[in-house]
Order: sequence, then structure tokens, then C-alpha cells
Amino acid sequence: MSEDIEKQEFNITVYTENQIGLLNRIAIIFTRRKINIDSLNTSPSEIERIHRFNIVINESEDVVRKLTRQIEKQVEVLKCYYHTNADVIWQEMALYKVSTDVIAEKVSVERLLRENGARVVVLRKDYTVFETTGHREETDNLISILQPYGLIEFVRSARVAIIKDSDGFNRKLREFERLEPGEDVIENEYLNQGQKVFTM
Amino acid sequence: METQTIVQEIGDIAEEAAKTPVVEVSGSVALLEALIVEGVDTIFGYPGGAIMPIYDALFDYNDKLNHILVRHEQGGIHAGQGYARTSGKCGVVFATSGPGATNLVTGLADAQIDSTPLVCITGQVFAHLLGTDAFQETDVINITTPVTKWNYQVTDANEIPEVIAKAFYIAKSGRPGPVLIDITKNAQIQLFNYKGYTKCNHIRSYRPKPIVRPQYIQEAAALINQAKKPFILWGQGVILGSAEQEFKAFVEKSGIPAAWTILGAGAIPTDHPLNVGMLGMHGNYGPNVLTNECDVLIAIGMRFDDRVTGRLDKYAKQAKVIHLDIDPAEIDKNVKSTVPVWGDCKETLPLLTALVEGKQHNEWLAKFNEYTRQEVEQVIEPELNPTTAEMTMGEVIKQLNEITKGEAVIVTDVGQHQMVACRYAKLNNTRSNVTSGGLGTMGFALPAAIGAKFGAQDRTVVAIIGDGGFQMTCQELGTIMQSGIDVKIIILNNRFLGMVRQWQELFNSRRYSFVDIQSPDFVALAAAYRIPGKVIDDRKDLPSALNEMLSNKGSFLLEVMVTKENNVFPMVPQGCSVSEIRLK
Repeated sequence: MSEDIEKQEFNITVYTENQIGLLNRIAIIFTRRKINIDSLNTSPSEIERIHRFNIVINESEDVVRKLTRQIEKQVEVLKCYYHTNADVIWQEMALYKVSTDVIAEKVSVERLLRENGARVVVLRKDYTVFETTGHREETDNLISILQPYGLIEFVRSARVAIIKDSDGFNRKLREFERLEPGEDVIENEYLNQGQKVFTM
Repeated sequence: METQTIVQEIGDIAEEAAKTPVVEVSGSVALLEALIVEGVDTIFGYPGGAIMPIYDALFDYNDKLNHILVRHEQGGIHAGQGYARTSGKCGVVFATSGPGATNLVTGLADAQIDSTPLVCITGQVFAHLLGTDAFQETDVINITTPVTKWNYQVTDANEIPEVIAKAFYIAKSGRPGPVLIDITKNAQIQLFNYKGYTKCNHIRSYRPKPIVRPQYIQEAAALINQAKKPFILWGQGVILGSAEQEFKAFVEKSGIPAAWTILGAGAIPTDHPLNVGMLGMHGNYGPNVLTNECDVLIAIGMRFDDRVTGRLDKYAKQAKVIHLDIDPAEIDKNVKSTVPVWGDCKETLPLLTALVEGKQHNEWLAKFNEYTRQEVEQVIEPELNPTTAEMTMGEVIKQLNEITKGEAVIVTDVGQHQMVACRYAKLNNTRSNVTSGGLGTMGFALPAAIGAKFGAQDRTVVAIIGDGGFQMTCQELGTIMQSGIDVKIIILNNRFLGMVRQWQELFNSRRYSFVDIQSPDFVALAAAYRIPGKVIDDRKDLPSALNEMLSNKGSFLLEVMVTKENNVFPMVPQGCSVSEIRLK
């Protein structure tokens, strides 16, 4: 379909108040339009009482732009931005639990660690837990390597992403906290235009 | 800071605090005190188990807060909407937990899509019972999240003053909308140190209106000044922003023909020379056709609903679009704008008026008039002055106009009669057209008319309702009976669910599937509620019956039997462009 051609992964970053029910309010903006959320991470930001959401969806830019405006419209949302994968540095973390016996017998643990950038989190007689951090392909790669050796359990985190062009983000966030911004704070009409991203 | 100064400061604070009298009150009393400070005079509600402490407190506030006991919570919230629409104030609604709260959902959705300011208070089970499937427990916050501008659950009375202040601020500011506050029973009962009530005027994460950008005003003015065939579309934003005067000044100076969405009707009078009529599916001929001929389209406080635009990829493609809206999410949502004028139109319109050149677009206006002439000949004349034996809906509205002179508030339900009433009702004043636009809620009119009258007690309120819609909320006749409110009710009875029947006739080869609706004796039904009424089926009785209704002291129900299979035209069939509008 021609629509699919325009679709790509977008990283949506949302700064919010820490409010019960807000996750639902944001989630239904996607579900109402039958858009699947590929990855969702929500955690406290560096500023107390301000939370940050990282949401990954696969959509066209036109749709994503409208979604971000709907999100920013929510009363308890401070700011919402979207970026392509090229505009962000992103990571996912993965944990792998494998039988220590099997791994010690069949593969060189050292080689695994070195080749896959993995590190051992726990090493016990009965099992070992590895951790890697990277893009989806990288964490997937280690699964396929460990699968033949009796992978016991696997888990992957949601994506977290840092925006490349985000000079002054922290300062602006602190201003939000300090100023409790008044009338001079305006809607960000330069949504996602590089350095103007934080026009308040 | 030296120790001594700190001690001194603490002393000052303590002294200051001691001056502020601290009173111990219940959460319920704090709520009612908050309503009084917010200027609330009328509450529409229905009691129940989980909201009993609030109703107990209300018993002592009878002289300050007029509580109207409705017959169903949906009736309560529609009444709140009607009240908000005519008064310009925030409607307030009380309901209990569980079924009381879920009965509000239709009204919340209606208020959300039509930007009506409401504060709804629902009772909730005790906080310690949340999540236990307690009696009448419903997760009302999650149920109402998609249909509220904001909602919040209070479990501690200490939160009540601040939360209610936020509720009113959010409901009324920016693009208005419904807010629901769910208060657990323990918080209603709980005594706490009440420090008074302060109105809210700022929330750090909330921007009610974007700042006006002079650059966009200048760009918009330049486009307008160069335009040969400019065209204004206005919506309810003009009314919600109380910008009727600013809007009129803009229209009159620029000399640009202007057409309205049904929620914008009345912002300037029907007979204003530059008011060229109604937009959309059943709107006027000229405004629809010429949307696809204008060179600059100026949309003010409207959101390009699909019922207005018809097929989007063939909508005003030739035009440069200037969109004035307070809600940034509306800009470019449906129609891509050339110049987005973000802001409150009460602020942006005067700036724009100052920059536009005073002009007259006589040739362009003549085009509208030519289309009007065709529409009058083919549609309006047969509808308003029919030669058929049976009455048409249009002639009832025409006759009503002649008696009320366009001074009445017209409340409509949903369907054929709504389109006819909106097309033909004469409106001299703003806040005179109360209808369910976005959601299309049948059953809206009767309760909304009750609220509309409470919101505008010195005005005549006429509810125009179909035989189908009336039966959805006719229990509110009980509210009329008990409150003694004066609402004039006209039922336009075509013995069909007319709009669906029209579509089945036009698009489903007359396969009339479940549109043949039987009705009770409406006059007898009204009589059971001690409301006088009359039914007429002869044209010659129409003027006297309308006069009898309007001169009656108190409410009156007039049932008018109209022709069964009349269609509303013009019509933009679904999936067609506005310029493909049909006259028959």
C-alpha cells in the first residue's frame, strides 16, 4: 500500500505532570485511531514531579504530527515532540538468562561477552544472566546466538531515546519548574524544528 | 540569612496564619462553597447513595443554589449543556456513582465535541472500597477519560477546594469542554481545615490559548486584501469567545460574504446582508458551491467537520485557507491552512480588522444571490409556502419566525426537523441556537431546552423536536412539571424516523428498515404531567396554535402533524464534494 511507504518509526517524547490516569489519557489518543504503540517507556525526568514518556510508533509524519498536537493538548502535558530515528540516539536494554553449565561447556563466555558487548549481571552455579544494551537488531542477535544453548528467559526494555538537537532542554525544563510559567509561555508552534524545539 | 531573621519570619508567618480563620468543614460543604464563589446559581442533578453527603449539605444551601431535580442523569447533563449555551456560564451537574455516572456519558461526549463548558460532580464509593466491585461502583474516571477535557478523582476532602477551582478554570478557559470530578463518599463526609476558596487562573502544564503572532495577522490581512473572491466560514468559536461584535466589525469592514456552521448560527443576525447562509450537508446552495470557487477561505472558530466539508480531497482545493482557532490541534487537522492564525478570535479579529482594507465585493456577492434565487425557487418556496395538503416542517418554522420575530431561543433535537429549523429559523441574537451538532444526540432537545430557559430566563425558549427524539427523553416532562419552568415544545411529527428514512429512500432503494415509528398520544402524555397541549394537522390552525402556545403562561406542547415523506434539501450526499450539492 502506498500509505505504508510513508510510514516509518517515530520517537514521541512527552513531558508531563506526574498524574494518575494520564497514561490512559495519552494511550487512548493512539488506541482511538487504532494505532499500535510499539514501545512505551515512562519514568521520572531529571526534574522532580515532571515525567517523561518515550513512545515509539510506526506511522506517517502527517499522522504523527496530529497525534503530538492531540497529546500536547492534554491539560497535564507540558510538551510533546516527535523525531525520526535519525534525529535521536536510542537504546533498548535486554536481559538473557542461560544455564551456566551449558554455557560453560559449549561456548566461550568470554567470546560472547566480547563479540556482543554483553556483560554478566549475575553468575550463579545454575544460571547466568547477561545484559546488552543497543538497537533492536543487536539485542535480537544475541537471542539467536544463545537460543541453541538453552535460553531460559529473555526480557527487553522499552526504548529510551535522547534527542540529538536538544540544546537547552534541561534548562528549559528547570524554567518550567521555576517560573510556573505565566502568560508569556506559548504553545510551541515550531514543534520539531530543530533548535526552536523549545520555544515556550 | 541570620538565625534571628529566620525566627522573625517564622513568627510573621505564624501570625499571618492565625489571622486567617480556620474552619473545620466537610468536603461536601467545601464543594458547595466553591460553587457559590464560582457564581453557580443552578445545579441539575439526581441524588443517590454515593452522593448523599453532598445532597445532605445541599439541604442547607437551598436559598443560594437552585437544584433542579431531573428525571434521568442524561436529562441532567443535557440541561446543563443548554444552560451553558444560553448563559455563557459553566453548567453544573450532580450524579451518583455507578449508573448515575454512566448515564452522563452521552452528555459528556456531546459537550466534548461541541466544546460546552460543564463541571460534573459524581459521587463514588468509599475510597477503601475502590476496586472491590462494591455496590454501584464503576470506574467512572476511565470510562469518561475519552469524553472529558479533564477528570479527576478526589479521595481526600483536603483536595476539594483546589480541584474544584481547577475544574472550573479548565472547563471555561481556552477551548471549553466538560470536566468530571468524582468524589468518594469518605471525602464528602470528611471534616478538614477549610482555608477558604481561591479561584484558579493558571496551571503550569496547561496553555488555554496560544499567543497571537503579529506575523500571521499580517500575512492573513495581505491575503485578504489581494483576494477577489474571499469567503468567510464561521463557527461556534465566535460565540464561545464572546467575539460577536469583533466578528461583525470584521465582516462589515472587509465586505466579505460569510456563512455559518450550525453551532455558529446567530453570531450575526440571520438577515445581515453579508450573512449568506448555512454550510454543510443540508446547508444553503451558494455557500457550498462557492466554497469550491472562492480564492481565499477564512475559517473562524470552526473545525471543518466532515458534515461541513463533504469530500475532503475535493474541498476548496483552489483556495488559500486562513484558519483562526484557539485550539492548535485543529489547525491542519482536516484542511491544510495557508496561514494559521492561532489565538482567541476576540483578540485576533480586531487585529485583522485593523489591517484589512474596507471593501465591497458586489459581483462576488451577486453570485451568492444568484444561487439563493435558484434555491428559493426549487427548495425554499415549496418548503415554506407549500401547495400540498399536508403541512411541511419548514412552514411551521416560518410561521414561528413571524410570531417570535426571531427573538426566541431555538432548541433542536437531531434529524430532519433539526436541519429544517437550523436552515429556516430567524435568529436576531447570539446564543439563540441550541442544538447537538457534533455528536448528533437524539433526545437532546427537551432537557437542553429546560436548561436553556434556566440560563436565559427572560427569553422565550422553543424546543423543536421530532417524534423519534422526543421519545428518547420525554421523562423530562416531569422536570418541567416539578420546576414549573416555561418551555414551549413543538413536536414535528412525520410518523417516521425521518432522516434515516430519507437516506433509505435515496440510497437504499426505499428499503424502509425500522424507521416506521409509532408514537403515544403526545398531548395526553403532556397532560399526564399537567402540561397543556394541542395537536394540529390543518394548516389553517397553525398561526392560532402557535400563538396559543407562545402566549400560554408556562410550558405548552404543540404537536404538528407534518407530511410523512418529505426530504431535506439541498443535500451533499456522503462521499461527494460540496460543489456536488443536490437541490432534489
